[in-house]
Amino acid sequence: MNMAATECLLQMFEEHHELEDYQSGVPRWCTGCGDNAILTAVQRLCRNEDLRPEKTVFVSGIGCSSRFPHYMKTYGFHGIHGRALPIAEGVKMARPDLTVFVNTGDGDCCSIGAAHWIHAIRYNMNITVMLHDNQIYGLTKMQASPTSPIGTKSNTTPKGSYLDALNPLTVTLGVQNVSFVAQAVDWIPESLYDILSAAYHHKGLSFVRIVQRCPEWLPKIHDPAMHDPNRILLLNHERGLKLSPTLAKVYKNQLTHDPLNIDRAREIASSTDPIPVGILYHNPDVPCYEDTRHSGQLRTTELIEKGLNKEFDKVTVWPQDAEPRAA
Amino acid sequence: MNDISFKEPVRQTRGPAKKSESGKPVKVLKEHIVEIISDSGEGAQRCGQSLGSIAAKMGNGIWTVEIIPAEIRPPARSVAGASGNRIRIGQGPVSNGGDNTGLVVAFNEQVLLGRVRSGELSGDCIILLESMWREHADPAIVASYIETHDALKKAGYRVYEIPMERECLALVSDARRGKNMFALGMLCSIYSLDLEVAREQIALTFGKKAQSVIDANVKLLDAGFIWAEVNLDFKYSIPATRAKEAQIVVNGNTALALGVLASGMEICSMYPITPATSASHYLSDVLERIGGIVHQAEDEISACAFAIGASYAGKCTVTITSGPGYSLKQEAIGLAVMGEIPLVVVNVQRGGPSTGQPTKAEQGDLMTAIFGSHGDAPKVVMAASTIEDCFYSIITARKIAETFNMVVVVLTDSNLATSQQPFPRPQFSESWLAPPIDQSVIPPGALPYDWDKTTGLARRFIPGQPGGEHTLTGLAHDRASHVAYDADINEQSIHARSLKLAALQKTLKAPPLFGDQSGDLLIMGWGSTKGAIEEAVELMRAEGHKVSSMHLRFLQPLPPGIGEAMRRFKKVMTIEGNWSDDPNDEIIDENNRRYSALAILLRSRFLVDVDCWSEVRGAPIKPSTICGLIRGKLKPAVKSKQAKAKKS
Repeated sequence: MNMAATECLLQMFEEHHELEDYQSGVPRWCTGCGDNAILTAVQRLCRNEDLRPEKTVFVSGIGCSSRFPHYMKTYGFHGIHGRALPIAEGVKMARPDLTVFVNTGDGDCCSIGAAHWIHAIRYNMNITVMLHDNQIYGLTKMQASPTSPIGTKSNTTPKGSYLDALNPLTVTLGVQNVSFVAQAVDWIPESLYDILSAAYHHKGLSFVRIVQRCPEWLPKIHDPAMHDPNRILLLNHERGLKLSPTLAKVYKNQLTHDPLNIDRAREIASSTDPIPVGILYHNPDVPCYEDTRHSGQLRTTELIEKGLNKEFDKVTVWPQDAEPRAA
Repeated sequence: MNDISFKEPVRQTRGPAKKSESGKPVKVLKEHIVEIISDSGEGAQRCGQSLGSIAAKMGNGIWTVEIIPAEIRPPARSVAGASGNRIRIGQGPVSNGGDNTGLVVAFNEQVLLGRVRSGELSGDCIILLESMWREHADPAIVASYIETHDALKKAGYRVYEIPMERECLALVSDARRGKNMFALGMLCSIYSLDLEVAREQIALTFGKKAQSVIDANVKLLDAGFIWAEVNLDFKYSIPATRAKEAQIVVNGNTALALGVLASGMEICSMYPITPATSASHYLSDVLERIGGIVHQAEDEISACAFAIGASYAGKCTVTITSGPGYSLKQEAIGLAVMGEIPLVVVNVQRGGPSTGQPTKAEQGDLMTAIFGSHGDAPKVVMAASTIEDCFYSIITARKIAETFNMVVVVLTDSNLATSQQPFPRPQFSESWLAPPIDQSVIPPGALPYDWDKTTGLARRFIPGQPGGEHTLTGLAHDRASHVAYDADINEQSIHARSLKLAALQKTLKAPPLFGDQSGDLLIMGWGSTKGAIEEAVELMRAEGHKVSSMHLRFLQPLPPGIGEAMRRFKKVMTIEGNWSDDPNDEIIDENNRRYSALAILLRSRFLVDVDCWSEVRGAPIKPSTICGLIRGKLKPAVKSKQAKAKKS
């Protein structure tokens, strides 16, 4: 597949961007909403990586977190509920030269879009996916989501939710072709940034579940973990993240975990208290769907004409007096 | 019969022959309809397709229709299990499947019964029936065979019992895998087709197999030919009026897929569904060779969303589906309408609602194509009416989608999808292809939805264009693509998206009338019924009836000239393959009668009293049925309920 004008364009001069180059509008999220922390981390990432705004696309579905692209001064696609992943896949397939991010919520990804989530992991396209998991439906005003802890009182579950929460990490780690799974919490900005940066640098689908607070509908749910650093389990490894002295000083509950060890990753992922934070799984060698599928041919007018005529030749009935032309 | 020696088979000349070399009189026919039917898996479809291709190569006009059981492996020898092919062969071009079958080759009497009972055979149909069942070990089968055979003879059919199995076993060990080529040989003899062309066709059909396979099949073909020459007492010839230009012979789904190649679209995103899938099968094979891909998504919704993503990124994409899949795509189609993302959606219609009749023809999705999704979601709706149209419609659809930043729905149906008809070989034109992706700098101050006041059109910003950064949203938005809850802005944006249909409408030409410009009756149609309607109109005009027809390619927007044309006729009616109430039903009157889809559209737009007739029998509408309708419509109604009601 040809990239024609887009990939072939040379960058003639160094570009440098400031934070403001990625900021657009004033976020309309609630004060204390975890989305704000994620937005800040992502804008820092874009600035530090000098991502060209016109070559960067944020795709989202529907929900509080899916407003994300509106606050980025890049290209954005605020789509429909649950379908951020297939839209992003289409963008990436058509234009591998674009940097594609997906912002999706727990309802968007794990409920209405669950089928796409499973298959996005299988496709393993080079996309960074942020699961903004606040464990509740916010925009539609407090209904239990698949990741709400059992017993969560909400407008649709006034007596408390009935089912055990779905664990997005173990589900993701159970799908063939998984290549990058990490978990972050919105209230530790340094590790959130480091994890998103590692996710961005991974070639393949990087899935980052971000445990985030919803001050409006589930204000207290993460208080215990916020107030007790030992309820956070920081993962470190030479192939994963290295902890800064500051972080290591505050969060003493640490585990050296090799991100290539998927069995151990699944074990760690099933823990909800303490909350594991860091890279659970990272395999840089899983092929990307867009690479597998692209034929590598330069798609010229001549190629199309030749291909088409070759197909016509197979089914042509020539007039009696005309000799069949050479194919 | 086993001792037939392999002498060099008789060569047929290509022109009409008075007498064959075997001395039989040859009856020259203008056209004939022939069927080959068997249990599923016995190869009748391959036999029929080959016969169609051979006749087409001889220069005959053909229209082939697949006879497909709904199940993958229906039980052997079952009435509902008939699998095969129906080929209408004519001297000149053939535009539809025609009326009743004149000759049928049946591998058992049960599959034949299915065809007899559904009224597909003409009264004097010639039946070539496999005779092995007469000596079968199971007495019940023998009894069934004899009973059916005798009943068919009594009913007036010309039944010939053919020992196909026995003849084939003299040449191959498994007759089940060769009887179809023996049958093909018989048919080549019966219709005086060139055996050399048939041999070439076999080589082409089995091209990927070993030479021994080709040789065995050619042997069977020759044997069938000789057997028919020696043993049958009749022989036909349908002399071809050869087309002067090169023709291609494909079915509608292949034509559609070729259209995708020719349109320059690079990505086809789909999910398997009958009867649309074969288009994607074909594309999976060829699109990659020219640097494209077929993406099989995890579901229909994803297939559409993926296509939207790719289109948004600058490469207009096609998604191909059928009714149930089309319903699943509706929300995503609404997003493409709202975001003004070009998109081509093909709906190869099948019988509905729900799972309905997956392999059968119906035109039930016109309303959902036009009015589907939610809110005001204007989109372009086109319908292909011939196999050739399946090819060109896709090229046109891609262009309209990108020019107007709209969703273009192309409707075909399972009649077109599986039917073969030759059409002039298209000459490639660079203008068919999409232009390169615009990556130029957007001037400061330019807005992503700067709707033109007159046409509603706006220049689309594509990712990669510096200065064009904005977030496309399915929410109501203003010219800057900012979320807007303002009443005026909401109304302006809906107005702009609606105007684009009017702008397109201004560019369309009036559809031509088939027949005179005025008269007693105008028949309106759309989609795959074109050939049958025009054939019937031609026949009725020859009988002196003042009837014309008009076939619509654009259903949304409707092109100009329709209202004026309709007003020049005393009566107007649509003929369609979807549901409409019969006004003669006991509780049906003008207050509750449900009209067929096109009739509703025409009545509401033009305030003309358009009547309709439709059927949902899962099969293409026959020209003879339409002839009957025209005669009935032009006869003064004496006993109609409305007439009675008016009198009282």
